[in-house]
Amino acid sequence: MKVMIRGNESIAYAFKLARVQVVPAYPITPSTLVPEKISEFIANGEMKAEFVPVESEHSALSAAIGASAKGVRVGTATASQGLALMHEILFIASGMRLPIVMGIGNRALSAPINIWCDHQDMMSQRDAGWMQFYAESNQEGLDLGVMAFKIAEDERVLLPAMVGIDAFVLTHTVEPVELPEQKEVDDFLGEFVPHYVTLDPEKPATLGSFGFPEHYMEFKYGQWIAMERAKKVIDEVFSKFEEKFGRKYAKVTPEFTEDADILLVTMGSMTSTTREFVKRMRENGKKVGLVKLTVFRPFPKEELKEILKNAKVVAVLERNISFGFGGAVYAEISSALSSLKEKPKIVDFIIGLGGRDITFKSLEAALRIAERAMKEEVDEINWIDVNKEAVLKAEGLL
Amino acid sequence: MSENYENMEFFAPGHGMCAGCAAPIIVRWILKLAGPNTIVTNATGCLEVVTTAYPRTSWRVPWLHIAFENAAAAAAGVEAATRAKGEKLNIIAFGGDGGTVDIGFQALSGMVERGHNVLYILYDNEAYMNTGIQRSGATPWGAWTTTSKVGNANPIGKMRPKKPIAKILAAHDIPYAATANPAFFQDFKKKVKKALSIEGPKFLHVLSSCTTGWRHDPSKTIEILRLATDTGLFPLYEIENGDFENMRITYKPKKFKPVEEYLKMQGRFRHLFKNPEYVKKLQRDVDEWWAKYGKYYCP
Repeated sequence: MKVMIRGNESIAYAFKLARVQVVPAYPITPSTLVPEKISEFIANGEMKAEFVPVESEHSALSAAIGASAKGVRVGTATASQGLALMHEILFIASGMRLPIVMGIGNRALSAPINIWCDHQDMMSQRDAGWMQFYAESNQEGLDLGVMAFKIAEDERVLLPAMVGIDAFVLTHTVEPVELPEQKEVDDFLGEFVPHYVTLDPEKPATLGSFGFPEHYMEFKYGQWIAMERAKKVIDEVFSKFEEKFGRKYAKVTPEFTEDADILLVTMGSMTSTTREFVKRMRENGKKVGLVKLTVFRPFPKEELKEILKNAKVVAVLERNISFGFGGAVYAEISSALSSLKEKPKIVDFIIGLGGRDITFKSLEAALRIAERAMKEEVDEINWIDVNKEAVLKAEGLL
Repeated sequence: MSENYENMEFFAPGHGMCAGCAAPIIVRWILKLAGPNTIVTNATGCLEVVTTAYPRTSWRVPWLHIAFENAAAAAAGVEAATRAKGEKLNIIAFGGDGGTVDIGFQALSGMVERGHNVLYILYDNEAYMNTGIQRSGATPWGAWTTTSKVGNANPIGKMRPKKPIAKILAAHDIPYAATANPAFFQDFKKKVKKALSIEGPKFLHVLSSCTTGWRHDPSKTIEILRLATDTGLFPLYEIENGDFENMRITYKPKKFKPVEEYLKMQGRFRHLFKNPEYVKKLQRDVDEWWAKYGKYYCP
């Protein structure tokens, strides 16, 4: 059934279709509509779940762990500051190997306080041991939301997952979405079976115990192995999903890449703008291609290496910044390509932070630098659409 | 609650709690009273650290530890999941004073406000003992700790009174909030049983001595705890549904002991004896409390 829904509703529908049993959540712009919609589903009797309206995001994830440890399917949602407040508990959810799924309305981090889109919130949680998916559209938000449960709960994985939908561009924007039938999703996910030790009085177990140096590293190695295994499981689940629902997903999706000199790497909703831009550039005879990164953790090194290796320039467009280095995606792509004998030049573009629009003009500016990079040395890290003069003046450099 | 599990052990020996620590006495008996149909959540702290050194455990009931400030939120999540599964279990959260009155207070307040069917047990040893005796919101006036040190410029130690946490919880209008002391064992048992029999959020503030932090002889645990209440410093009371007008003091000594009898058994108060005014101040505080609340004694 085709419905017109906002991105937040995609996440809420994913939870409903997955028959999530406990949803602990706390309101935060721009993801508030997720718990609102869940509350509405429950109030209308359309969804049978316990909604726990906690007093903070920290408690949201703590309650999520409690419920997941009890052996039920759990989903929650947050964004930005809320995700930052969860930081401590994120590591515990993954360390305890609980397959919680969380929708993130990707939003900038304060200061200055800003409610609009960038990926700094999720990127800052890169090392928390969660799988990370980034949606391009509301359809992807829903599909990835459903698939995240199947991947997270697989006994080869047992890791929590985040599904990012861009603030406002997706969270609050109505798009047509193909809503799968409940029965189809039931068939796809199967009944929830916790493939982990739960809190069961019949079989008492101690969860979250104290790990001394002689055991700690083995737990961490287990998480490492699980994340490595997740790569294959993600592919399997993506292809099962395509078989059943006809929509194709990949960790990395190349478009117009065969003969491309310049590849633009994107994540999230900027991909749609960039696709139109690339089409137009192609019409103008420019050999430009698009590489969409859907999965950031586990990082699809192998796929990226294969897809990017023949380009002359890889232009990484990213809505995050690691101060003192550059963009996080740039860092990882550079590392992924480091073993190639002949490698493309990799140029980083910091773009669209705090909800600044990414327009054709922005992309043209990036492309101009990328084209120059084919012939000459260019800056490694390039800030697009920034009033540099004002900042340099304020810093006393002009 | 019909079955009696008092002859069974759900808190196994072999844990690493200090000799003379009151916490294992409290926990062991609460588990006996709750029985096997119980899930425990535990805040980070001494109790968690020394009972669960992987791969060993002292817990014969399902047990969950997440972090320091969220035992109440963890319990809320477990309880929500039991409701989702249609199960009926005792959900008990254990936290020390730091994890309850300070860093875990928000999660606790939220949990009881939402009405989860959880029994929250504060075992209060009046400082951050797991990190090495730092003052908490539950440390009493005049106590030495490693962050309320005593010296020429501060002869008192902690200069602020103890946070009245049971009253604060009672002010949430929850079904049951009470104080208890394992040295008054029948009163303690009665309150635990009563709390377990009530649907909704329950809070029990249990005094728990710490030999290293209070600096007392490990063989004197129960004696010191008894003095805490017999001097009137740690009164035993219960408040139901936030009805302060009908709060019940469940024990009143026939004759109050002077506070100095309690203070002198503990190294943390030793400096107070250098100035008779300090001991007098504490005695005055106790006398005032009983002058105000003594009328609520209701055995």
